[in-house]
Amino acid sequence: MKAFLILEDGTVFAGTSIGARREVISEIVFNTSMAGYLEVLTDPSYAGQAICMTYPLIGNYGVCREDMESKKPWPDGFIVRELSRMASNFRKDITIQEFLEQYDIPGIAGIDTRALTKILREKGTMNGMITTNEAYNLNTILPQLKSYTTGKVVEKVTCSHKYEIKGVTSLSENGPLSGQAKFDREAFVNGQREMRPSITKELNGKGKRVALLDLGAKDNIAHSLAQRGCDVTIYPAFTKAEEILADRPDGIMLSNGPGDPKECVEVIEEIKKLYESDVPIFAICLGHQLMALATGADTFKMKYGHRGGNHPVKDLRTGRVYISSQNHGYVVDTDRLNPGVAVPAFVNVNDGTNEGLSYTGKNIFTVQFHPEACPGPQDSSYLFDRFIQMMEEEKNA
Amino acid sequence: MPKNPSVKRVMVIGSGPIVIGQAAEFDYAGTQACRSLKEEGVEVILVNSNPATIMTDKNIADKVYIEPLNVRVLQQIIEKEKPDSILPTLGGQAGLNLGMELAESGFLEVHGVKLLGTTAATIKKAEDRQEFKDTMEKIGEPCAASKVVETVEDGVAFTRTIGYPVVLRPAYTLGGSGGGIAHNQEELESILENGLRLSRVGQVLVERCIAGWKEIEYEVMRDGAGNCITVCNMENIDPVGVHTGDSIVVAPSQTLGDKEYQMLRTSALNIINELQITGGCNVQFALHPTSFEYCVIEVNPRVSRSSALASKATGYPIAKVAAKIALGYTLDEIKNAITGKTYASFEPTLDYCVVKMPRLPFDKFITAKRTLTTQMKATGEVMSICDNFEGALMKAIRSLEQHVDCLLSYDFSALSLKELEYRLKKVDDQRIYVIAEALRKGMDYDTIHEITMIDHWFIDKLAILVEMERALSDGPLTVELLKEAKRIEFPDSVISRLTGISEEEIKKLRYDNGIVAAYKMVDTCAAEFEAATPYYYSVYGSENEAVKTNPPQKVLVLGSGPIRIGQGIEFDYCSVHATWAFAKAGYETIIINNNPETVSTDFDIADKLYFEPLTPEDVESIVNIEKPDGAVVQFGGQTAIKLTESLMKMGVPILGTKAEDVDAAEDRELFDKILEQTQIPRAAGGTVYTAAQAKEVANRLGYPVLVRPSYVLGGQGMQIAISDEEIEEFMNIINRIAQDHPILVDKYLEGKEIEVDAVCDGTDILIPGIMEHIERTGVHSGDSISVYPAFTISDRVKEKLTEYTRRLAKALHVKGLINIQFIAIGEDVYVIEVNPRSSRTVPYISKVTGIPIVDLATEVMIGKTIRELGYEPGLCPEADYFAIKMPVFSFEKIRGAEISLGPEMKSTGECLGIGRTFKEALYKAFLGAGVDLPRHKQMIITVKDADKGEAVELGRRFEKLGYTIYATRSTAAALNDAGVKARKVNKISQESPTVLDLILGHRIDLVIDTPTQGRDKSRDGFLIRRTAIETGVNCITAMDTARALVTSLENANDKFTLIDVASIG
Repeated sequence: MKAFLILEDGTVFAGTSIGARREVISEIVFNTSMAGYLEVLTDPSYAGQAICMTYPLIGNYGVCREDMESKKPWPDGFIVRELSRMASNFRKDITIQEFLEQYDIPGIAGIDTRALTKILREKGTMNGMITTNEAYNLNTILPQLKSYTTGKVVEKVTCSHKYEIKGVTSLSENGPLSGQAKFDREAFVNGQREMRPSITKELNGKGKRVALLDLGAKDNIAHSLAQRGCDVTIYPAFTKAEEILADRPDGIMLSNGPGDPKECVEVIEEIKKLYESDVPIFAICLGHQLMALATGADTFKMKYGHRGGNHPVKDLRTGRVYISSQNHGYVVDTDRLNPGVAVPAFVNVNDGTNEGLSYTGKNIFTVQFHPEACPGPQDSSYLFDRFIQMMEEEKNA
Repeated sequence: MPKNPSVKRVMVIGSGPIVIGQAAEFDYAGTQACRSLKEEGVEVILVNSNPATIMTDKNIADKVYIEPLNVRVLQQIIEKEKPDSILPTLGGQAGLNLGMELAESGFLEVHGVKLLGTTAATIKKAEDRQEFKDTMEKIGEPCAASKVVETVEDGVAFTRTIGYPVVLRPAYTLGGSGGGIAHNQEELESILENGLRLSRVGQVLVERCIAGWKEIEYEVMRDGAGNCITVCNMENIDPVGVHTGDSIVVAPSQTLGDKEYQMLRTSALNIINELQITGGCNVQFALHPTSFEYCVIEVNPRVSRSSALASKATGYPIAKVAAKIALGYTLDEIKNAITGKTYASFEPTLDYCVVKMPRLPFDKFITAKRTLTTQMKATGEVMSICDNFEGALMKAIRSLEQHVDCLLSYDFSALSLKELEYRLKKVDDQRIYVIAEALRKGMDYDTIHEITMIDHWFIDKLAILVEMERALSDGPLTVELLKEAKRIEFPDSVISRLTGISEEEIKKLRYDNGIVAAYKMVDTCAAEFEAATPYYYSVYGSENEAVKTNPPQKVLVLGSGPIRIGQGIEFDYCSVHATWAFAKAGYETIIINNNPETVSTDFDIADKLYFEPLTPEDVESIVNIEKPDGAVVQFGGQTAIKLTESLMKMGVPILGTKAEDVDAAEDRELFDKILEQTQIPRAAGGTVYTAAQAKEVANRLGYPVLVRPSYVLGGQGMQIAISDEEIEEFMNIINRIAQDHPILVDKYLEGKEIEVDAVCDGTDILIPGIMEHIERTGVHSGDSISVYPAFTISDRVKEKLTEYTRRLAKALHVKGLINIQFIAIGEDVYVIEVNPRSSRTVPYISKVTGIPIVDLATEVMIGKTIRELGYEPGLCPEADYFAIKMPVFSFEKIRGAEISLGPEMKSTGECLGIGRTFKEALYKAFLGAGVDLPRHKQMIITVKDADKGEAVELGRRFEKLGYTIYATRSTAAALNDAGVKARKVNKISQESPTVLDLILGHRIDLVIDTPTQGRDKSRDGFLIRRTAIETGVNCITAMDTARALVTSLENANDKFTLIDVASIG
């Protein structure tokens, strides 16, 4: 079936419908990761957006549910050059087509995704509609597109109630250490698949209790902590600071999440209180932006954001450069940063935008990128260890 | 970290002659690195024995030594030039080994020379099998169970503990040389013995066989501060078991999920960090197809063939960045030249699919085994880019120029399903065609996968191509179907064959419906940033990004495609120089080429680069957009010449010599007329189409005769026939491939072969120098030792050659380059053939005379005269030194190939020897080709009857040098009769010990074996030659070559004259 992608600027791409047939209006963004489409789809930060994958061949290895970063896919739409008809991987559960249909995600395939990316690059992120209605009328659609706003999306993606993930008590629970997997033919033939390998080499978080504020958290944030032995309690985004602090966590994590940080007015108020506590805090992406806003800094919307797995970020503490997993459309304005409150800790090597802050006189550091990876490079996973060390130091202090 | 200020004079080691496993990619990497170093104000002293390279040009390095890559020579150059540093990681394994030898011997330390980039300790850790394994174990990176052995017995004993099959990998060898998979003890012993000998350190790794696992590679960069990125990962379609150089490779990986992708990426970074590599590095993995288990196969701590491919596939200039890192820069300080916005620390991301296919030499070595193993056999490769895999594969297939353009190109339709299953078990270069036929016959994916272990995803892609074949032949050809066929890059010619509709009609249908190629950019960043110097690839059904520019003048330079025997790196040298010369003259330059190993496909050589197949249709699509003012075909070898007619039809003027004049040189009758007009003699001959005609002509001329197809390079299919039977045999072989052109039968004349390259401006000619071959006529010019200046011919003959060249160039209205081969018999001169285009010897003669003939030819094409360019027409004065070009072969890599020399070219590369005397030059040339004698001072002579007289003279000279001579019965008798002491050895058919046992005893330096006439490979000679080659014994098959060798040995002197080629001219 034919499908169309109509952009706010009047550009129309004709392609083939994939997934659900329903019509959708959303903010169109592009992601440059070459692998990891499932992790992208299930990253709650994409709520309120339709994603265009710049890599043209999507679906090659199907969908392995174990790799989902949350309970369901969040984007409003999925835009690809070509969806593979063959899904080939030993862990495959279903194909990506089936997955999109199952979760009622509409999409379009067969369009010139590079041309679309160039438009977004040149004109900036814009709204668009995916529709299968061949009789679309631009005169009525374009005003609709222009007036569309993502709105408050954190409330859609956050968990409904607090829950806990226990930290592992032995490294073996994490599955084989990467590089140490041994193929067990018998188990495989019996339908058992080996656990995916872990890169965690130490249970340095054993006994630590971490409160994770779920602003749309990817599962691997909690997993990264649990795999190091931390017990993680996950709180809905609108939990009061007092409630979290009352549980006496050793550390607090503010997760990633979707939307304009400035929409999260209530959450920012709570974060102010968390800032005042002496509990070590580590924040990622939206959490990082909210902490900045909570402490008087400003954020602004980037022209087309950073979404992919190849951006170099420099750790200003060590001078080392790491390749990072990225997904953000807003960024902290370092020009208006009060050094008495926070100083840049990470910077994007390409465009010099802020990638992390270190809070002066506080046990708080925050990053714009995604140390939890999934998808993308695992280079900065050491930051979880840095957080654990912070908690350790605080405890001993 | 800023640049290290103590680095001012850097010696760069090149990779030497082109051999299988070490080809043009190192010229590309070396050239890019040298330019990168010069950009930083560093003085570059370059050493490479290969004169056909661009890196040995004077504008690339400050000092250029085209000298043998041998430790003694390098030491003398270091003493003379006093570099402060040496960069060994750009010259492939050859360069790396030399750097290591210099470092390990303490020579560098004594002379205060630093090893730049990766340290010697790191190289050792990565290259030494045991150290590597220990290092991997330390950081928890898995390797296949293995053991380094130094004896066959140890290997057998270890294999008993891990079980067959096992993979064998010799340490410090190229392209997996001497490696293989052993399924039983007999195979193990044979491969192991060979491998131990080939390894520089006498070590072979015996390893658990992981054949059938996915083979994945990562190209990694690391700077001195420890920052790491991966440039690209690649997946081999052919699973582990086939050398990656012989595999069809796709980038990025297609069948890995993020979990597998990141797992291996992290592993690659861990490894490069642990090894402390600074610069580029290649990590190869085997990944279990149904689990997360993986093994590290190997690490190359240097730029490699794969890194060249990764550079071209992503646009990330690995060698350039590696050179900057060597100078002390960190990745975040180096700008990405493609985008001009991002930094070298940005990992490239692709929004297209890249397919690389190997160019295998089985069309040259028809007796060789086509089986693909862990020993690389490809001489070159092609790369193609498309937004879908099927399209990239289709483009790669037709880029190969092996008479293939789709999956139907090899016909297996006669095989039944059962036979196909059996055939699939054979791993060779035709496997994808066999799979396609199996799919046509309905074999299911699982069966194909179980036999080949090729991933289902790739099988499905082949199935999509097969389905399209069927849809097209079933018809009708709707616009929608045509669109889809073009999207997956079915060429019009194939659509025409399948639908029965003419190509012209299909083209019209396409144009009428707007189904035309559009061009997308390779920009390293998937369009995230605007690109400054991108290059292009075609897709169908998308927006075109290649904007037509309107410069005052625009020229299209056609590249030479994949490297193959007969058409090598020399033509890339010519294409690049022509491009530069046009740019200098104010032209906008456009290159079309598909070879990822070359300098011409580097992103900043031409103003625009189209990475595309070189077929008429693909070229026309580009012409439609670019509308160039002219095209140049005379620099791109036969590949470009073949496109002449099509270009003219497209209305693109051919610059330089006109197409009809090119034809006149190839067309027998037209050429005979020209010779008559110009009164130049040639061997009598005739043009034929059938064997009967050939025999008739041959009998009229009298045997021996030379039989060859017209319009070929490298003497493909050329043979000397001495009987009617041989004519039958050769005509059969030639006609196996459909011939559009007639076959030539000439009287064979025995004499001195002379070669001339000249520039002609329409009136005057300029001959930089005359080259004389050591081997008499009958050995292909590309396989002959070539001497400049010509040393045995009289001035009168030289005058004649000059005059004949002038007459021929004028008669053919040559504007640009002309290459002529002559025979001199006494004072008589005959023409063998004329090629009004660049030739294999152009870079060589340019370098040794200092006359930039490609540049001159280019200027001439656009209207300048030779005089205007500052040159006095005629034959240039001779140099006061000798420069000898020595062919280099890769016979040891191709099992079963006949090594004896003849009219069909077999060498893969060449090296140069320059000396004040003929003997010194010759000695250096042999040394550069790897003939480093003596070791044991024992040799074998076994020659055909006609050569016995010459054998006596040779034997006497070798005896004088202290050689012990072994000879087979009749040769021994001839030698002993003449008073040369020769020990008789038994022939193969006789009882042990035979001549083969003697060779296998590893105490022989040299075998001189001249083959008896005829192609019967079962003869003893064939076995002797093969055994010698595979045992690493120098084997010479022509008496002239043998004489040259003994002459050079008589001179052996370890103090070399070192000539800076950059100072010539």
